[in-house]
Amino acid sequence: MNVLWLQSGGCGGCTMSLLCADTPNLMATLADGDIDLLWHPSLSEASGAAVVDLLEACIAGAQPLDVLCVEGALLRGPRGSGRFHVLAGTGRPMIEWVAALAARARYTVAVGTCAAYGGVTAAAFNPTDACGLQYDGDTVGGLLGGAYRSGAGLPVINVAGCPTHPGWVIETLMALALGDFDAGALDALGRPRFYADHLVHHGCARNEFYEFKASAEKPSDLGCLMEHLGCKGTQAHADCNQRPWNGAGSCTNGGYACISCTEPGFEEPGHPFARTPKIGGIPIGLPSDMPKAWFVALAALSKSATPQRVRANATSDHPVVTPAIRHTGLK
Amino acid sequence: MSRSILGPFNRVEGDLEVSLDVEDGRVRAAWVNSPLYRGFEQILQGKAPEDALALVPRICGICSVSQSAAAAAALADASGVVAPPNGARACNLMLAAENLADHFTHFYLFFMPDFAREAYAGAPWFGPVEARFKAIHGSAAAEALPARARFLQLMGTLAGKWPHTLSMAPGGSTRAILPAERVRLLALLREFRGWLERHLFGDALEAVGALDSVDALWAWLDARGPERGDMARFLELARALDLAALGRSPDAGRYLSHGAYPLDGAPLFARGVWDAAAGRLDAMDADDVREDISHAWLGGSAEAQPPFAGETQPDADKPGAYTWCKAPRWRGQVVQTGALARQAVDGHPLARALVADGGGNVLSRVVARLLELARVVPQMERWVREIVPGEPFFAAAPMPDAARGVGLVEAARGALGHWLVVRNGRIHNYQIVAPTTWNFSPRDAAGTPGALEQALVGTAVEDTAGMPLAVQHVVRSFDPCMVCTVH
Repeated sequence: MNVLWLQSGGCGGCTMSLLCADTPNLMATLADGDIDLLWHPSLSEASGAAVVDLLEACIAGAQPLDVLCVEGALLRGPRGSGRFHVLAGTGRPMIEWVAALAARARYTVAVGTCAAYGGVTAAAFNPTDACGLQYDGDTVGGLLGGAYRSGAGLPVINVAGCPTHPGWVIETLMALALGDFDAGALDALGRPRFYADHLVHHGCARNEFYEFKASAEKPSDLGCLMEHLGCKGTQAHADCNQRPWNGAGSCTNGGYACISCTEPGFEEPGHPFARTPKIGGIPIGLPSDMPKAWFVALAALSKSATPQRVRANATSDHPVVTPAIRHTGLK
Repeated sequence: MSRSILGPFNRVEGDLEVSLDVEDGRVRAAWVNSPLYRGFEQILQGKAPEDALALVPRICGICSVSQSAAAAAALADASGVVAPPNGARACNLMLAAENLADHFTHFYLFFMPDFAREAYAGAPWFGPVEARFKAIHGSAAAEALPARARFLQLMGTLAGKWPHTLSMAPGGSTRAILPAERVRLLALLREFRGWLERHLFGDALEAVGALDSVDALWAWLDARGPERGDMARFLELARALDLAALGRSPDAGRYLSHGAYPLDGAPLFARGVWDAAAGRLDAMDADDVREDISHAWLGGSAEAQPPFAGETQPDADKPGAYTWCKAPRWRGQVVQTGALARQAVDGHPLARALVADGGGNVLSRVVARLLELARVVPQMERWVREIVPGEPFFAAAPMPDAARGVGLVEAARGALGHWLVVRNGRIHNYQIVAPTTWNFSPRDAAGTPGALEQALVGTAVEDTAGMPLAVQHVVRSFDPCMVCTVH
């Protein structure tokens, strides 16, 4: 299965993240998964005319194209011309190249939230009229339109994340190579369900603090980041706290809020990223699937029941009270 | 004379187009086009000041932490907060981890594969270089990528993830390091040191860092030959191809460094501008910077502006423009920046000697990066040892409703500056001058070309499938980051 990878209105960070894959040999992992890089901007040898010839051969059908991966938002501006990104050496806007190649691809994959929904490039008043391949924020459409289906009959596969976890990209490509990927593998926003059916909250190392609503008050505190510091882990779809980033990490492990980067529109939350918006002292964004009255009642109860250890550690940058040692056997 | 337009370049970060006028087989003039505009400076206006910490790392996936560092420094300058000693060390470790990973990535993945191309088949050095550095298929790609990934596990512990961390803050780091983690960080550094000493250098880091002249460099190669390691392989082919004569910047004999890795009030590597012709170190002040938009697709004042007053208004139809990149100038002069500049400004004898010998060129730019790998890893080991578990990593400070701040840091590719103006508690103006903005600057109002544009002049052009290899070597010797350039 060949893969053509293009970059447009983004930062290249999803590629950089991919290169952090926790594998003894990334190139061999891809090859063993029957993934052959037709061209990748950071890895391949070919530059210039050789690349343009390859793209044209794909569009003409002379070169079969199995997977088109696009990283970065699609820039439609100024005034619909696409001139905010003209592919070097071609005089042709990148949005035209991508649309022509997507028409030929068996599968089209948006790598990262920019390519999926527009992402950070579409923030503020969206100066470049950036959008995703098949979404403009959370509205279906984008560059290719809602009716687009790739050669295999699938909509764009949105491997959303800012950046994407290397595992999300590799496992998506491997599943495609295995022929294991159908429309049922995608959630309602086109994201692979294998990682998007989880919440960032699942497996968060701060869960004991969450249970007791023992909250961090300033950056570097160990407590739960939801009440004050903007964390959206209880609503954000991803398995970030179940598969480690860079060997040992995650955003919440790094001491900062989940900003829900797999979600369309995360770039404009309507409040400062690291401050929780509240009404009457209650965070506006409550955990997914939890009725507000229950949350308020449980929060009040758990706050009143917070162990002293949890309360003290929540506002410290390292544990100051250790758990009591108890015999746990039945004697 | 013929005009050719080259692109897309790959194995640079982002998209790049270069136009060349060629006469008698040599480049007579060059124009560099950064063809992607995203508008971060427009996006940042009106945001809460601390939101810069979430947005600016996303300017660039390969220089993400350095963008965070510049934002944190600008915010700290505006609020007056000083990070506690642990926090300063943690932030230096994050930035150094990214900078060294970038040098490593540049050498193994971006730069060296060009010497493994068919065009060089038959050269006496080619066989082992092809086996080692062939794009995607060489043994280096197989071995260096996992070594890089392991090294960046530092970021998992220090910063949650890489790229795009929010651990770096004006008051230090949001992530305290516990005693066991400190040991783990040291173990990862030792592992990376071991890899570099076995594969890249074939020598102790300290021995490479002690090379003090051009003669010493070649003597080091000759002592054990190209079998010593990957750096020696490069030096052997660099001597055979005379890469010291390639990509020189004749009129850009000035080397800018903002100074790197501040600790206890002073940077590890000094700040300044090294004037190679005069053999003089000039002071670098943020007020000495102006940005000219005469050849950029940007509207605004025809006069070059200090970044605090800078504007960013796209104008795709502007006559005479050929790039989205502004033209930054230091005291009106073109400068180049990067590892070579950083080491020359700091006074490292080998860097100074390389600059005196042939200025910025393909050899000296690449050697300086490798030198920096050898010099910085021991410092990282020291910073980890100096961390005192239990002491704070972060200091809080309120952001005033009206303030200005400058953050000057060193990314892998050189001098990165953020100029921040806060009014009414919101970002009023945010201007970014990135390393490749300096190096890949277009012409200014006086018509003076930027550093790469000058470096390409005189390059012998033998057409290789439409993209002359010598041009590719020169371009990649700068390790350009195009997504930072325009942002």
